[in-house]
Amino acid sequence: MHMADALISPAIGGAMWAATAGLTVYSARKLKDDLEERSVPLMGVLGAFIFAAQMINFTIPATGSSGHLGGGMILAILLGPYAAFLTMASVLTVQALFFGDGGLLALGCNIFNLGFWPCFVAYPFIYQKIIGSKPTQRRILIGATLSGIVALQLGAFGVVLETLFSGISELPFTTFVLLMQPIHLAIGIVEGLVTTAVITFVWKANPELVASESSSRGILSLKQVLAGLVVIALFTGGALSWFASTHPDGLEWAMFHTAGKEELNTPTDRIHAYTARIQGKTSILPDYGFKENSPAGKAENTQATTSESWPGISAGTTVAGITGGILTLALALCIGMILRRFSRSD
Amino acid sequence: MARIESALLSLGSLNELAAQDTAIHRRDPRAKLVTTAVFIITVVSFNKYDLSGLLPFILYPIVLTSLGNVPSGEIFRKILIASPFAIFIGIFNPLLDRQILMHIGPIGISGGWLSFASILLRFALTVSVALILIATTGFEAVCLSLERMKVPRVFVTQLLFMYRYLFVLIEEALRMVRAFSLRSFNAKRVDIGVFGSLVGQLLLRTMHRAQRIHAAMLSRGFDGRIPLLRSFKADIWDAAFILFWSAFFVLARMYNIPHYLGTLFLAALP
Repeated sequence: MHMADALISPAIGGAMWAATAGLTVYSARKLKDDLEERSVPLMGVLGAFIFAAQMINFTIPATGSSGHLGGGMILAILLGPYAAFLTMASVLTVQALFFGDGGLLALGCNIFNLGFWPCFVAYPFIYQKIIGSKPTQRRILIGATLSGIVALQLGAFGVVLETLFSGISELPFTTFVLLMQPIHLAIGIVEGLVTTAVITFVWKANPELVASESSSRGILSLKQVLAGLVVIALFTGGALSWFASTHPDGLEWAMFHTAGKEELNTPTDRIHAYTARIQGKTSILPDYGFKENSPAGKAENTQATTSESWPGISAGTTVAGITGGILTLALALCIGMILRRFSRSD
Repeated sequence: MARIESALLSLGSLNELAAQDTAIHRRDPRAKLVTTAVFIITVVSFNKYDLSGLLPFILYPIVLTSLGNVPSGEIFRKILIASPFAIFIGIFNPLLDRQILMHIGPIGISGGWLSFASILLRFALTVSVALILIATTGFEAVCLSLERMKVPRVFVTQLLFMYRYLFVLIEEALRMVRAFSLRSFNAKRVDIGVFGSLVGQLLLRTMHRAQRIHAAMLSRGFDGRIPLLRSFKADIWDAAFILFWSAFFVLARMYNIPHYLGTLFLAALP
């Protein structure tokens, strides 16, 4: 389940990018301390393994449908949280770049949803606690299944929250949660069972790969993870409210607001007026409240905006918008064709 | 199995396009990376009902595919393959948001359909520039410019390693699935019980391979990083590339170009 660029706002995308970048730097630093040399080739090859394993489809019993591996838990069990997080991040990066699975801005969200939860929450606080110091077949089954379920539930919930706060999709919170969580409960159970099957197989053939002591991989304390989560939540909330306070989403707002804010104390209103003009020019619908407005309020609203923006109700602007759209497309295609010919004759 | 093969093909073919020598390929990887980032952020920052304002952004992928000699059909097919999730989430907009926002003749178009169309257009734009980035720059160069931009070295090395071994391991997986299917009356999918031992086997082979690779690399003097011989020299054209496109994106973000064009065109009509 990959988030797409098309569904997120710059504030959410940026905040999740920052969070993921922080985690990446932190994990990289942790790895550097002890086992970089040995683990980097192993991480790379295991990342490629996850990629290959994801392509093998299996039948899900009693449903007739098919599924594939996610792999976050297998990585965490084999590599420990830090290396597994980096490996998962690189798997997702390659998927975004080569297959368009989740975009580049949404990459932060995806790494967080599919990497953070299994590596930093499900593995240390569920799997390791259940396995203890000596793995047995039953402990692996319970630990892997439970942590697979929890990781996917949290990841799916992350997708819900990110979509919701971005405000591009209309799906209301409850509907979306009721849609996502049960589907991912099923996926989580399957993921857990498959993880169990793979880990048990490896453990029987080569026990030291699975049983290696957790001390060499660094131990995470619950306090640390919770503190990290609070920081990320505050950061995201801050970024959101900063963006949402006057204008729902907008790069232009961010660009000009910083300029405007510095001038707040001084009485000169030139920049302010300029900002307001730019905002008026760029915002198609002044706020999200638009569609809930009463007809009268809506009429007012449209009148204020039709003069310079497209989805207004006036027929004239619609025609101009559509004609202009077709013209723009034709123009772009023409430029493309000319350039293609030009570069070929080169 | 066809899926594995096509993934293998597309992993290689996209990167092979990067070996060309065109005006776009000659640009510094960092210039293309920065421009791609500006592109995505501006596209995503549009209001959710905006459709016409997004259209001018099509120029960037069109110019890059034309000048960079990238097959646009291939890019288009990849966008289609990746689209189900965006469509699945977006299709709820027309169902939930029925406020009529514009009319074309007698037909009213609801906000939901507008925002759905906007999601699809955003999706096509953002995905296409990511694919074009690889096709005109190459994965190794992207990784290297990431390292120059202070991304942790462990992560960059790991990306390079992974890409190098993707082909080996996908081929290995392909062989195993082929062997399985030959022994199981051409079963299309692996049974879940068999999957554990199949993938477990692949995992064991992978670990052994990693150990061999590491030993071989150590004996050749591996010190934790993959040196890539590639000189980075940004020239005035790279700066111009970033400046021109960023200016265009910001302009297109602030002024609805199709709207002005349409008004102008209609006014010019007799």
